Amino acid sequence: MFGLGKRDTSLLMIVAIMALLAPFILNPFPEGSAMAQFNAGYPDLMQRFVIFGIFAIGFNILFGLTGYLSFGHAAFLGIGSYAVVWMYKLLDYNIVPGLFLAVIVSGIFALAIGYISLRRSGIYFSILTLAFAQMMFAISYSDLLGRFFGTSITNGETGLQVYTSDPQILIDDWESVPHLFGIVEMRSTYTLDMGAWSFDFNAGYYFCAIVMLLMFYLAIRIFRSPFGMMLRAVKSNQQRMNYTGLNTRPYTLAAFVISGMYAGLAGGLLASMDPLAGAERMQWTASGEVVLMTILGGAGTLIGPVLGAGFIKYFENIFAKINDNVLHSWFAFLPDGIEDFMVTLVHPFVGKGWHLTLGLLFMAVVIFLPGGLVEGGQRVAKLFKRKKPSDDTPDGKTTPAE
Amino acid sequence: MDAILLQILNGLDKGSAYALIALGLTLIFGTLGVVNFAHGALFMIGAFCSVTVQRILTLSTETLSETEKDFLGNPLKVKTPIVENWFGPEAGAAIIDWSVPLAILFAIPVMLLIGFIMERGLIKHFYKRPHADQILVTFGLAIVMQEVIKYFYGANPIPTPAPSAFTGSFNFATLFGMEGSLYYPYWRLVYFGFSAVIIGAVFAFLQFTTFGMVVRAGMADRETVGLLGIDIDRRFTIMFGIAAAVAGLAGVMYAPINSPNYHMGMDFLVLSFVVVVVGGMGSLPGAVLAGFLLGILESLASMNEVKAIIPGIDQIIIYVVAIIILLTRPRGLMGRKGVMEE
Repeated sequence: MFGLGKRDTSLLMIVAIMALLAPFILNPFPEGSAMAQFNAGYPDLMQRFVIFGIFAIGFNILFGLTGYLSFGHAAFLGIGSYAVVWMYKLLDYNIVPGLFLAVIVSGIFALAIGYISLRRSGIYFSILTLAFAQMMFAISYSDLLGRFFGTSITNGETGLQVYTSDPQILIDDWESVPHLFGIVEMRSTYTLDMGAWSFDFNAGYYFCAIVMLLMFYLAIRIFRSPFGMMLRAVKSNQQRMNYTGLNTRPYTLAAFVISGMYAGLAGGLLASMDPLAGAERMQWTASGEVVLMTILGGAGTLIGPVLGAGFIKYFENIFAKINDNVLHSWFAFLPDGIEDFMVTLVHPFVGKGWHLTLGLLFMAVVIFLPGGLVEGGQRVAKLFKRKKPSDDTPDGKTTPAE
Repeated sequence: MDAILLQILNGLDKGSAYALIALGLTLIFGTLGVVNFAHGALFMIGAFCSVTVQRILTLSTETLSETEKDFLGNPLKVKTPIVENWFGPEAGAAIIDWSVPLAILFAIPVMLLIGFIMERGLIKHFYKRPHADQILVTFGLAIVMQEVIKYFYGANPIPTPAPSAFTGSFNFATLFGMEGSLYYPYWRLVYFGFSAVIIGAVFAFLQFTTFGMVVRAGMADRETVGLLGIDIDRRFTIMFGIAAAVAGLAGVMYAPINSPNYHMGMDFLVLSFVVVVVGGMGSLPGAVLAGFLLGILESLASMNEVKAIIPGIDQIIIYVVAIIILLTRPRGLMGRKGVMEE
């Protein structure tokens, strides 16, 4: 279907079903129950899942396929956000023109940065992209562009936002929040109550989810195309590619621009959900985050980055909420002394300390599971598969007893 | 003229920190071929060694004062640092005052130990893996180190004063016989001198000792040195410890200049990498040269006269220079041929 192989179609279908039913899947616990705080089915978090999914899918096209580790992708995320907010300021709150502009502008920046950075490989490439991203962060944080143009471009550390004094030439009276051609507002939410459960269906989330599915489909096509094959060849042995008389630069540059555009789109969507853009989105820790997501999920796999993005965003929001009271209620079944001991033992890893858990987890993944969660899943699946034939067919390949 | 001189002086202390961190990074890269993203965290841990020593020295006992009373007539509680009980009030106060320099003695073994554990426990397993994996695992380690420090010391910067003997400023104008004033804090001069000594010591160690000679030989051709029956791995482990100690010492002495907080390492790390790359991957003199150069350049760019021409240039000058240098001299200022050239 859609020009995909059988396995890819079913993968796309699974992701589509998961994304469209996410409000149900992410809210498994009834309202008011002790477990309700683990529900992730609220609009804000669901939007983040899919938006950072797009960001990670794009990053994976560069890192997963070509092996070039960029430490500056957050710059494009920030550019996308600024572009969308500027469209709000100039035209109106319709998000579509802004998203197009976000993709185009981040593509142009990616072309310029990629053209320079890709002249070097390995660690030099990582550091060049890092330097560019930090430069962009410094420029937008202190609004350097604004000083040249005489008007504020990024609005410095306050962040860019829409003011009533902005031109907004297309604005109508009813517009006050981001919307899609006036059909639906991004923040409008329909809440479905079913007994003890309640599910939120948010317009913004579904918009992002559909964009994510399109982008996921595009990524599958890129992975399976001759172009994707070429990128993989760059990863496995660039020197050999050069010896065969092939210039790899255009291919890596194309991959860099594509992933930059993905990041720009993700940034644009962030600003579509919440009409703000700040420089902190460009900081290198944000670039590090997308690296974490991709590696954690599984670099070079299709589904990995989406999993990684969901995983990190889920724990960032849910783990961070666990405080000592929650811990006490968990370990309440233990005798008092042991309960307190367990709470103090777990305390550093949850709540504000969740970054520690993330760091440890990330190290463990890099050390033991270079393929990320996807490889972990495959290993587990293999374990079960291996057992089956030996159970069903005793005359199959088994080691003879001596 | 005065202003330029002052900015050059200002650049020296930041440049010293860059140079020391970059030196350690280059030592690790040159010997083990590992890109260490946790090096900034080592600098940060060094700074927290100062904090720790200060806290240990000011551990106090509480006694009821015999003479002083509070407004209700109850005897006042007086805190006396234990060192004052041991060495007498004057000597004790002096020891507390000098806690930052004393922290050097504490930091050297601690940092060497951390370095050894890091190399033997983690980095060792990553020699054969791609550079991307090395970057990632050390990046993860940096996050972990940061969070551990944050857990024990909190998220706020902790002021760590320099000894009171160095709190003033020194007027350079009188030294050069110039008119006007050119004040420069003593401690920054100390920091510059200290880092010059450390850099000199590292170079002397590599240049004039047998150990250093073997290490240099190993950097040039690891396999041949191994074939000669020298256990090069053990020496490289020791070099890793030394590099960690250099970063730690840079942090210890930097504590009074900037109150240590848990993410100071990350802030320095990005710039130090730029410094290493500008200096030339694997070149020790290049790292030191580029460190001072970029530090001075940064403070020259922050002069008002320069900012009037190009606003905000101080924020981006280092990156601009780094990009230009990498594009015109791909190996950096003093890079060696064959290092990191796939």
